[in-house]
Amino acid sequence: MTNSISTDICIIGAGPVGLFAVFEAGLLKLRCHVVDALPQVGGQLSEIYPKKPIYDIPGFPDILAGDLVQNLMRQIEPFHPTFTLGERVERLAKLEDGSFQLFTTDGTEIFCKAIAIAGGLGSFEPRKPAVESLENYEGGRGVYYMVRDPETFRDRRIVIAGGGDSALDWTIFLADVAKEVTLVHRGTTFRGAADSAEKVQKLHEAGRARLVLSSNVTHVHGQDGLEAVTITANDGTTETLHVDAFIPLFGLTPKLGPIGEWGLELEDDAVKVNTLDYSTSVPGIFAIGDINTYPGKLKLILCGFHEAALMAQGAYKYMFPDKRYVLKYTTVNGVPTL
Amino acid sequence: MTDEVRVYVEEAPSQRREVVAPTDMALSLMEVLKASGYDIQATCGGMALCGTCHVEVLAGPALDEPSDDELAMLESLPVMTQGSRLSCQIRINNRLDGLVVRLMPQNT
Repeated sequence: MTNSISTDICIIGAGPVGLFAVFEAGLLKLRCHVVDALPQVGGQLSEIYPKKPIYDIPGFPDILAGDLVQNLMRQIEPFHPTFTLGERVERLAKLEDGSFQLFTTDGTEIFCKAIAIAGGLGSFEPRKPAVESLENYEGGRGVYYMVRDPETFRDRRIVIAGGGDSALDWTIFLADVAKEVTLVHRGTTFRGAADSAEKVQKLHEAGRARLVLSSNVTHVHGQDGLEAVTITANDGTTETLHVDAFIPLFGLTPKLGPIGEWGLELEDDAVKVNTLDYSTSVPGIFAIGDINTYPGKLKLILCGFHEAALMAQGAYKYMFPDKRYVLKYTTVNGVPTL
Repeated sequence: MTDEVRVYVEEAPSQRREVVAPTDMALSLMEVLKASGYDIQATCGGMALCGTCHVEVLAGPALDEPSDDELAMLESLPVMTQGSRLSCQIRINNRLDGLVVRLMPQNT
């Protein structure tokens, strides 16, 4: 069944700038729905450096990235935004009345009057190893870049590749679920959590998971779906394993993704905007934060906050061209609720 | 002693571009490469947390050993060679003159 959502502004990207856009839109009594490809809010701040201190947020001599996200979530609480997390907006359609319909990867559709793209560096996508024809086995045909539902692998033969915490953690977890688990790692040691590395070693010694070091998965084979992988050791020897699933876990990297195909004017993979209101070349679509570009652009969180404030006013005028907008200071009026 | 060094970026086999880097600004190689127009995301801003400034050192002076954090990040990437380094962890100093690097692809 399709999940259908109706809102005033759909904000694409739940990073700090997207979250603050909810606040600025909320001051204008606009409802927001936020979509992000990652399963949690915070964008880069949550995904990459939650423990990194940030020093250039006004009013905070220093604040951990993760704490900034928490504060932003608290700040937007009065406006009751709704979220679709773990889904990427794939496609959009402009409707006759100037509003929009958005479609996500998981079939959610969002009807909105305006769109604010706050996509940062784009959506975070899995880093893929250099294995020929790997893409032929994506989409449920044997190659998985993340473990959404461990039950997918119950009683199946799987090969995990990678040397980070994800590879170790899922090897440990799936050893109890899958029929056979093999972890292939390029190096000889794991610098991830020592405890996890030790657990994997013990599973290997107990015969409950197999550990193949100094090796890479170099080939994938199969007709209609994945049937086998070839593992090549650093000394050149090879081994072909019959498997049902291959899970390369090499972390995430940001990509512009489908935003690049929405007909927006771009420059060097960034969306060109008018700094009057951060509108794009498509009326009703705005772009704020690291995803946009204009003369003098600075990729700073605080600049994104400024852009969010002007964008909200621009979006308001787009939605209600006949209504007069009067700036209200929160020091005078407090924070209204929706 | 000069206050700048020359680093070379191998853009294609036998094709190297010279990049002049100041030694008195405490810059990282990642910052110099970005300022020279190379497409480096450096998502984490230089904390060895994202791996998007991965380079391969091809020749030149010996560098300091990578830290455990840098090695941990490098080991989590799909491709790692003997010369793999995170350019955000290489500080520009006089000893770097003549360094030759290649930008590593982020995805295949």
